[in-house]
Amino acid sequence: MAAHDTATVDRKGPSRPAPVQKGKSVRNAAKWAHLPMVVASLLLLFPFYWTVVMATNTNADYYATPPKVVPGTHLLENIASVLTSINFFGSMANTAIVAVSVTVLVLFFDSLAAFAFAKYDFPAKKFLFGLMLAFFMVPAQLSTVPQFITMINIGWVGTLQALIVPAAANAFGIFWMRQYISTSIPDEILDAAVMDGCGFFRQYFLVVLPVIRPGLAFLGIYTFVQAWNDYVWPLIVLINPDMLTLQVALSQLNVSRGTDYAVVMAGAVLAIIPLIVVFLAFSKQFVADSVKGAVR
Amino acid sequence: MTGARRNPLRFWPQYVAVSPFFLLFAAFGLFPLAFSAWLAFHRWDGISPVTFAGFDQFRFLVADATFRKAVVNTIIIWIMATVPMLFMSLGLASMLNSVKRFRTLYQVILFLPSVTSIVAVVIFFKAIFDNQVGVVNQVLEAIGLSGVQWLNGYWTIKIVLAVIMTWQWVGYNAIIYYAGLQAISGEVYEAAKLDGAGPLRTFWSITVPLLRPVIIFTVVVSTIGGMQTFAEPQVLFGSNASINPNSGGPGQAGLTMVLYFYQQAFNNNNYGYGAAIAYGVFAIVAVFTLINWRITARAEK
Repeated sequence: MAAHDTATVDRKGPSRPAPVQKGKSVRNAAKWAHLPMVVASLLLLFPFYWTVVMATNTNADYYATPPKVVPGTHLLENIASVLTSINFFGSMANTAIVAVSVTVLVLFFDSLAAFAFAKYDFPAKKFLFGLMLAFFMVPAQLSTVPQFITMINIGWVGTLQALIVPAAANAFGIFWMRQYISTSIPDEILDAAVMDGCGFFRQYFLVVLPVIRPGLAFLGIYTFVQAWNDYVWPLIVLINPDMLTLQVALSQLNVSRGTDYAVVMAGAVLAIIPLIVVFLAFSKQFVADSVKGAVR
Repeated sequence: MTGARRNPLRFWPQYVAVSPFFLLFAAFGLFPLAFSAWLAFHRWDGISPVTFAGFDQFRFLVADATFRKAVVNTIIIWIMATVPMLFMSLGLASMLNSVKRFRTLYQVILFLPSVTSIVAVVIFFKAIFDNQVGVVNQVLEAIGLSGVQWLNGYWTIKIVLAVIMTWQWVGYNAIIYYAGLQAISGEVYEAAKLDGAGPLRTFWSITVPLLRPVIIFTVVVSTIGGMQTFAEPQVLFGSNASINPNSGGPGQAGLTMVLYFYQQAFNNNNYGYGAAIAYGVFAIVAVFTLINWRITARAEK
């Protein structure tokens, strides 16, 4: 796939000879295309840089004319203010528990269901698959109010399972993994496993699971990012101030310290860093697979 | 692998495998959906007894000036964000397609905003568009213009929201277009060149038509996402303590449909009306998605 090819090209770097068949004008055009790409990259990266600048200066510096453009030395005191204003580590732990649990459950349930849909023919399969895709189209807010009432009735308001359980399996993941499994697992391997006496679940654990790791990696990071950044539902269902997730805690910080940009930005930096680390660690896989998924 | 007899019991492992999704959806998706439909015909604040309202909620919704305002706001913000954004994405994608080096780096940078916390992003834009001391105003004043009350005006609030949405999703859409461009073979371009087509002609007559399925995909996804805008205005006016933080800021210029739904259902505990709004939003999203899909599908034949 294309993204993998480009990755290889990049590693080879500048020593790669220019293609002979292309004329000079084409190569010049290629060079000029870097200009808008660099401008766009700077515009997209600027908020990250500026957030760091604001988080490391004092709030008074923010009001200075001309504005400060380089990071300052006040990060630690701003972080200290964040920690006294909101239960930062508690909400970080909550977010991590939710994001990790949701990711693990989604990977297991979605890939197992996807295996059944991809490689087995069973009565009502087409109907069930169609039903799943139809559910996929229903907008979330239609069920928000009753879901909240349900959570009140089963006593889950303010608890993390209210965030984890409803998100433990989803149509997108099943759909995506089904595509992945049907193209990456040859029927012959499964037939051989059946000959050896493997039932459905042993085939899943012994044959399918080891092969679909790259597919799981993409679904995993996608799910993790979604769960980490989820905002609306946690805002509704987590009413106890000690049980917030990071996004809700951050919005509380915005409400309580709204004009102290230095402190609010320090909170934003703390909330984004883990996500950026995870994204950069898996970015090549993630970008490549998103590109593949988009044109399928 | 298909059994000769289609006795459903023989397929119990497959049913077990697909059941978690359906059980969870029955409990947290399907049941709420039906409950929501029932609620929309009733009045309930969560505490008092439920009373039957018939079509009153829907009649009120159709006449509700605030809801109408929210619909108009949502559509304006969506157009201001989506139209320029998708053109920029298309431009970025063809630039990315024509550069030879640093492609992976550019792709990661383009992707980064879409995986970043929306709350942190909105807080950042709130700071730089600050009415008094925001960097945007400082720059405007430095070049001799006067500052703008960005977070006060009917149109400026919408511009800020559109800028936030564009920043977050322009790169994501560019990556998707880039994937589509990769699928177009170079021979088509060679042929166009032999026929004497310039770069602009090639772009409109070859690139855009061949990308049609991908363009339809991005338009549909952006429509569904844009019609459900919530976090951007909610966080942007979250610290505006003088008025309800969920009312969309000064003049309710940032009040979107879903924000209004949230305000009615969870600030006013008006569950029945909230459910009616949710169905109204659903109908509008469905109609809008259909219209956009038809327009983009027909635009290039």
